[in-house]
Amino acid sequence: MASPVIDIEQLRFRYSGSASDCLHIERMQVAAGERIFLHGPSGSGKSTLLGLLGGVLTPSCGTISLLGHELTQMRATARDRLRADCVGFIFQQFNLIPYLSLLDNVLLPCRFSALRRGQACISGHHLEAEAGRLLDHLDIAPELHKRAASRLSVGQQQRVAAARALIGRPGIVIADEPTSALDADRQFAFLELLQKECSASETTLLFVSHDHRLAADFDRTIELATLNLAPTNGGAS
Amino acid sequence: MRYLFSMAWHSAWNRRFTLGLTLLSIALSVTLLLGVERIRHDARQAFAQSVSGTDLVIGARTSPVQLMLYSVFHIGEATNNIHWQAYQEIAANPTVAWSIPISLGDSHRGFPVLGTHAGYFEHFHYGNRQSLTFETGKPFDGVFDTVIGSEVAASLGYHPGDHIVLTHGAGGLTGQDHNDKPFVVTGILAPTGTPVDRTVHVSLEAIEAIHLDWQGGARMPGFEIPAEYVRKFDLTPKSVTAILIGLKSRAGVFRMQRLVNDYADEPLLAVLPGVALDQLWQVVGAAEHAFLAVSAMVVVVGLCGLVAVILASLNERRRELAIIRSVGARPADIFVLLTAEGVFITLSGILLGIALLYGISAAMAPLIQGHFGIAITPRPVSLDELWLIAAIIGVSLLASLVPGYGAYRMSLADGLTPRI
Repeated sequence: MASPVIDIEQLRFRYSGSASDCLHIERMQVAAGERIFLHGPSGSGKSTLLGLLGGVLTPSCGTISLLGHELTQMRATARDRLRADCVGFIFQQFNLIPYLSLLDNVLLPCRFSALRRGQACISGHHLEAEAGRLLDHLDIAPELHKRAASRLSVGQQQRVAAARALIGRPGIVIADEPTSALDADRQFAFLELLQKECSASETTLLFVSHDHRLAADFDRTIELATLNLAPTNGGAS
Repeated sequence: MRYLFSMAWHSAWNRRFTLGLTLLSIALSVTLLLGVERIRHDARQAFAQSVSGTDLVIGARTSPVQLMLYSVFHIGEATNNIHWQAYQEIAANPTVAWSIPISLGDSHRGFPVLGTHAGYFEHFHYGNRQSLTFETGKPFDGVFDTVIGSEVAASLGYHPGDHIVLTHGAGGLTGQDHNDKPFVVTGILAPTGTPVDRTVHVSLEAIEAIHLDWQGGARMPGFEIPAEYVRKFDLTPKSVTAILIGLKSRAGVFRMQRLVNDYADEPLLAVLPGVALDQLWQVVGAAEHAFLAVSAMVVVVGLCGLVAVILASLNERRRELAIIRSVGARPADIFVLLTAEGVFITLSGILLGIALLYGISAAMAPLIQGHFGIAITPRPVSLDELWLIAAIIGVSLLASLVPGYGAYRMSLADGLTPRI
């Protein structure tokens, strides 16, 4: 098996000023191309894990590596660059910058990462054409592309956010409750689109949700509540 | 980096109404500050140019500032006069090229009356060695002829040929008019932007003539000399208030000054106008510094408003900043983004302020010239003003760092998931 995309070992994290650990994970591995459903009810240390994977938090001890890069050995700016290059994020809601057009929102990662800029153009596409292609795949009508992001429905916004997370083949897409603001039938439609696009671009997907109904189509489910050995006190969301 | 600036611009444009008001307040404060600086400069210019080419101003012994005030600006009164004998001796000194005797004390409807001789129109210079020119008419010739300054003519609506009556003293008391001896306007001087514009000029003989039947500052009861008889009297002045002299060679100015200051028969004072004007400006200067300080404070208030508006918006923008971080922005990028927004607004504010300054000064120039006698001429930004603008830019850069730093701290604390 190729080296894991996400590899966490002996990880402990404690917020400064806090008496006990908020997160304690002995081992967690995700292989390339895997689609993982990470079940995490609130208070299970979900946001903390995302912060650690995004490189905006640093573990108190232990190691965490993304695509073979050991985050604990890197400086903050290098972690920021790795996040720009290798990780696409989709959040629960309000994913878009209201004063930028849809295309500019989708292209945002390419502004911060030369790597993703290069990979977006790899198939001979122009940057904007690639963004347009992704938006088309995610069912966003072309006449909306130049529109301001604030004019969209929530469902449209989430699909634009997915396009942004996928542009330039980042290697990992981390989706944090991306469907919780959608109504039930829309949730599955979104999930299907997201899975399809991740497969198409051979991107590893880490899908975080508290909703077990969505877990069916994933390769594997990880229960954060059992993975996290830290005493859960509900304090850290 | 360039993309951050473009984002900052889009973000500012998105909130253009709130930020527009802030921008306007900065623009107005900049207009005020530069306007005050400009008026200050023009006032000082007008002040420094009120007399030129005169080597010494001579009066009875008093303070140099006092002497300048009454002899050049016609403000206040002389403590004493100079005897005609002394004037003649000074004027006859071989180093003296020309002399202008000045006799003050009367007024016409609030405008000072100045008695002198015809040499005044030839030798008196103002500004950059400019001599007086006539708008219409000619210098006085007869005893009851008068030449008036442009402002006197404009505000009282006088034309050559009009008759005017002088008043004894500054015109505060009634019944002190020299109404038995009216004057006729023979000439009107072109505007100079100096106290000359506000002055009624008559001959020394005229001053003598209207006071023939006066004594001790009041009309002698039961004694009247009608205007048509004054020529029968000796109209040689007995004294003058001050003397302006020009020397044949400037090199002799200190020798001449010492000569006058050591004059044995009466206590006299000779001052170099440049030096005395400088001293006088230091007195007036305190006020102008206060004005400048107040306007500078207004600029600071405007910038504080900007910082407050951007800081207040930060909380609503936590989500947005977290997203920008999630796509790979460093905290330093967030810092640049927010700082750039402040810089955009202050720079646009400063530019708008300068534009407003030119617009307003073009529109207001005639009004200011009319009311305060200060000529506001449109001109490119001066070196002093450039320094001032540079200082404003410097302070506003510093001010813009505040929201930048706030956002930096916030994005470090929030990471990818803002706590709202």
